[in-house]
Amino acid sequence: MGDTMNDNEITLKIDGKTCKAQEGEYILNVARANGIYIPAICYLTRCSPTLACRICLVEADGKRVYSCNTKAKDGMEVTVTSQEILEERRAIMEVYDVNHPLQCGVCDQSGSCELQNYTLELGVDSQSYTIADSKRETANWSSVLHYDPALCIVCERCVTICKDMMGDNALGTSPRGGSELNKELKDTMPKDAYAMWNKLQKSLIAPSNDTGSTNCSDCGECIAVCPTGALVSRDFEYTSNAWELKKTPATCAHCSSGCQIYYETKPTSISDREEKIYRVTNEWNYVSLCGAGRFGYDFENRTAAKNEEAFANALKAFKQAKAIRFNSIITNEEALMLQTLKEKFGTKLINTEAKAFQEFLTSYGASSGKTLWNGDYKEMMKNSDFIISIGSALRHDNPNVRYVFNNIQKMNKGAGLYFHPIGDSLIAGLGKNVACIEHQVNSEEAILYWILDQFADKDKLPSEINDYLASFHTKTTKTVSETVMEDVKETVVDETSGESKEVVKKVPKTIQKEIEVDSNALFDTFDAPADFADTLEKFLGKKESFALVVGEDLYFHPQAANLANLVSLVESTTDFKVAMIPPKTNSLGVALICDLDDDVTGFTIGYNEIGDFRFSALGDGDLDMPALNQQEGTLINMHKRVVPTNAALSYGGYELNDIMNALGLGERLTIDWTKKLPIQKGFKALEFDSLPNGYTNDGIEHRGYMLEVQQIKVTASSPAKLSIKDINGDVIAYRCNPQRQFNEFTAKAHQIFEPFALYVSPAKAESLGKKVAFDMNGKELVLDVVIDEKMSGEIVKLPDFKHSSEIYAFFGKNRFKPITLRKV
Amino acid sequence: MHEEIIHTNNTSKEKQNYTMLELGSTPAYGWPAFKQVVKRSLSRELFVGLWLTIKEMGKTLFLGGKHTTQYPFEKLPISPRYRAIHNMLRLLESGHYRCIGCGLCEKICISNCIAMETRYDENQRKEVSEYTINFGRCIYCGYCAEVCPELAIVHGGRYETASEQRASFSLFDDMLTPIDVLKQQQEFAGFGSVSPNADAAIKKTPLAY
Repeated sequence: MGDTMNDNEITLKIDGKTCKAQEGEYILNVARANGIYIPAICYLTRCSPTLACRICLVEADGKRVYSCNTKAKDGMEVTVTSQEILEERRAIMEVYDVNHPLQCGVCDQSGSCELQNYTLELGVDSQSYTIADSKRETANWSSVLHYDPALCIVCERCVTICKDMMGDNALGTSPRGGSELNKELKDTMPKDAYAMWNKLQKSLIAPSNDTGSTNCSDCGECIAVCPTGALVSRDFEYTSNAWELKKTPATCAHCSSGCQIYYETKPTSISDREEKIYRVTNEWNYVSLCGAGRFGYDFENRTAAKNEEAFANALKAFKQAKAIRFNSIITNEEALMLQTLKEKFGTKLINTEAKAFQEFLTSYGASSGKTLWNGDYKEMMKNSDFIISIGSALRHDNPNVRYVFNNIQKMNKGAGLYFHPIGDSLIAGLGKNVACIEHQVNSEEAILYWILDQFADKDKLPSEINDYLASFHTKTTKTVSETVMEDVKETVVDETSGESKEVVKKVPKTIQKEIEVDSNALFDTFDAPADFADTLEKFLGKKESFALVVGEDLYFHPQAANLANLVSLVESTTDFKVAMIPPKTNSLGVALICDLDDDVTGFTIGYNEIGDFRFSALGDGDLDMPALNQQEGTLINMHKRVVPTNAALSYGGYELNDIMNALGLGERLTIDWTKKLPIQKGFKALEFDSLPNGYTNDGIEHRGYMLEVQQIKVTASSPAKLSIKDINGDVIAYRCNPQRQFNEFTAKAHQIFEPFALYVSPAKAESLGKKVAFDMNGKELVLDVVIDEKMSGEIVKLPDFKHSSEIYAFFGKNRFKPITLRKV
Repeated sequence: MHEEIIHTNNTSKEKQNYTMLELGSTPAYGWPAFKQVVKRSLSRELFVGLWLTIKEMGKTLFLGGKHTTQYPFEKLPISPRYRAIHNMLRLLESGHYRCIGCGLCEKICISNCIAMETRYDENQRKEVSEYTINFGRCIYCGYCAEVCPELAIVHGGRYETASEQRASFSLFDDMLTPIDVLKQQQEFAGFGSVSPNADAAIKKTPLAY
């Protein structure tokens, strides 16, 4: 790998400074990585250049180019500023300021506004241009988005991020109805400024579906990238100035993506000086959030106080507890404390989702000889051009993997296959070369066998697998019709001369032809569409870098162990980089740190879960605990990275470490456990305070450290043959949360309101009505039926973000389960 | 007159000529001393000395020449540049308060005593829902008035900062010009006000199209 990287390395000079770069990098990114400043408004790292602002104009080898879309060449000489370019940039900023409201005092972006910054930087102290303004009305586009077109400079960053990163494609440009520019300006004003203005006068931003509302995933990334105050969150609007907020770098607590976020806090009000989180922001050039990360921040435990009686009861409970039931929304440090308790007192540890993932990893390790997968999502996003997703409802389980899937389509001219029993129109619409294969439930083994058949180096595969794969192939003959051109002689009479002439004409003719076709019985096993082989041929053209992501369906699967074995075989015999999606926030951390047990009976302590004595960060337990925005610690995200999170809000109650101290096992502070995390599992003995949490200008992530993948002994044999167990039933339910909901904490956040209900496709909703009831573990559960317009098929989605213990018990070791629904 | 040699630490050793005053004799015991007091008190000299005072007293009492300010019933006018308790001004046309909630006064305040809350109101405006100055901490530096882009917060002449509680004059409504005396609201001429040549100093934005 090192050699190939050197092969592509080039050297260029920017403003006299020698810079090294990879071939194909844009000049702007090279400059940023080397600490050279080029102004740019519309460009977003990781997305395609928009070329709306034209301010990143530079001179490369004497020619004027836009640094955001010009690739660096070896030996190139780049000049960032010249007199001419400065005039051009100043004119562009003057144009942006024409008719831009001067009420910066009431604008939410004031103080962090790129229009303000560039106007000042380029010294715009007078205005040479003028044009009649047009009336532009503000609008609310969704439950979170507020658009003020008067402030919009139409840089299209929102449109670009929504298309290239999120994949919602919810925004586009719309006609502004502005005045025509005076044509004389074309000769008198700088060229690029004129071109920019000409375009600006014609467009505004609007939801791309022409309904006036975006109907999107409400991720709010468009708000984050907006350089001005044109797009703001409806909840945040006019509540605070940017400079009043204190930024605390942290890690999002909601899913296994573990994105870096900043909690922005200031006092709640004049009378209540307690800090409150006003919003969440992110480094949008390097990480994109989802709606839960951006809007689900107020899940802190406010009620906590040091209740000594409850603490004494907690200690008593620990002494008599047979088991501790917890979930993955917990830091590594806390997981290590629980593991210490297990080692000292023999208390069983129960964590359903982490246990399933742990077993999957164990099976995977037994056949691969290493603890963790070889893929890296960031590498995939950068390099892969073919991605397969198996066993994950991407839109719900992990939005960031969906962004990876989408970005590969948009930026790498990629193709993607999405295997899932439930069809998803959003995923299907991510690109021309995306196919959603709605396979039969529990047929993931067949898909992995197909991948081996299609992509594996047959020499590396065990012979029995080769034989087994060959047994699916049959050669049949098929009659196809083909069109050929045939020469036909015809006599034509010339009208003027009356002579007849013989002319040879080419006429298309359809002929029948018999060809030999190789049919693969595996295709039928996972219900591949009839034209799957052709689709595949089209998708695979010129593809070089392959990625496979596998999700929770595989861990909660009757054949989970065999699937893990197959995944490991795919990793070792194909070019695929494989990555797994841990089911919940820190499932990977818990799976590595804790020895988990099966469910036991007896006195149970519940940590954010049900139990005879409940520890809760939700404020409703027997002893309060801090929520993840109130405590320091580390989490492991799906990038195999141990990332730190910080306390944004104060907390008044007891922590788990206090209990450990009372039991004689504690450390002075919770973060003193960080350096004690098990090294044999890949952790490093580093102090919490030495862990960085940020990005540098070249996009390199400096957050915590990467887990080291450990070598282990191979004990497993070749994967077993297919054993598809049909699920039969009236209706099949799939355990899956609605978008933006992940757990009880997101449910607590005031801006996230997706209800606990049965989510169904529009077609299915017609037969189900408005409300349904069904038996769950002997109790009747009545749920509203909510239509998910992007879903298709007969399967219904039952969330687990609330009542998770009962839902997990109901589903058992499978994400799919037949249920009988009654209309209510 | 007589001559005398006085030994001092003066370096001059010459004879000095001094004139001694004829002071008479100082009464040596009670009775002559008493007589002297009575004589001096009742002779005309006293009234010569008091004449000016008596004259002024007459003027003050009967001719309206009084100079005392009857504080707290009367107060002296104060310089427009004096920096006392803040006033919040209104727009003369609409009567709406001028403050737009930009937060600059809160930001610039060096003793960190200004706090405000803003929100998105029903009229799609930024509403200042709460505004307070902690006068226990305010040092009356005038930066808030200087930075205010709307001339909304200004310093007034209310210098009495004694109160039963600080809160009694630190709320927005207490500082705001009462709506019934809006007509008497003076354009502020003091600290942070617009300079007389402001118009000339502004570069005009072209509006002709």
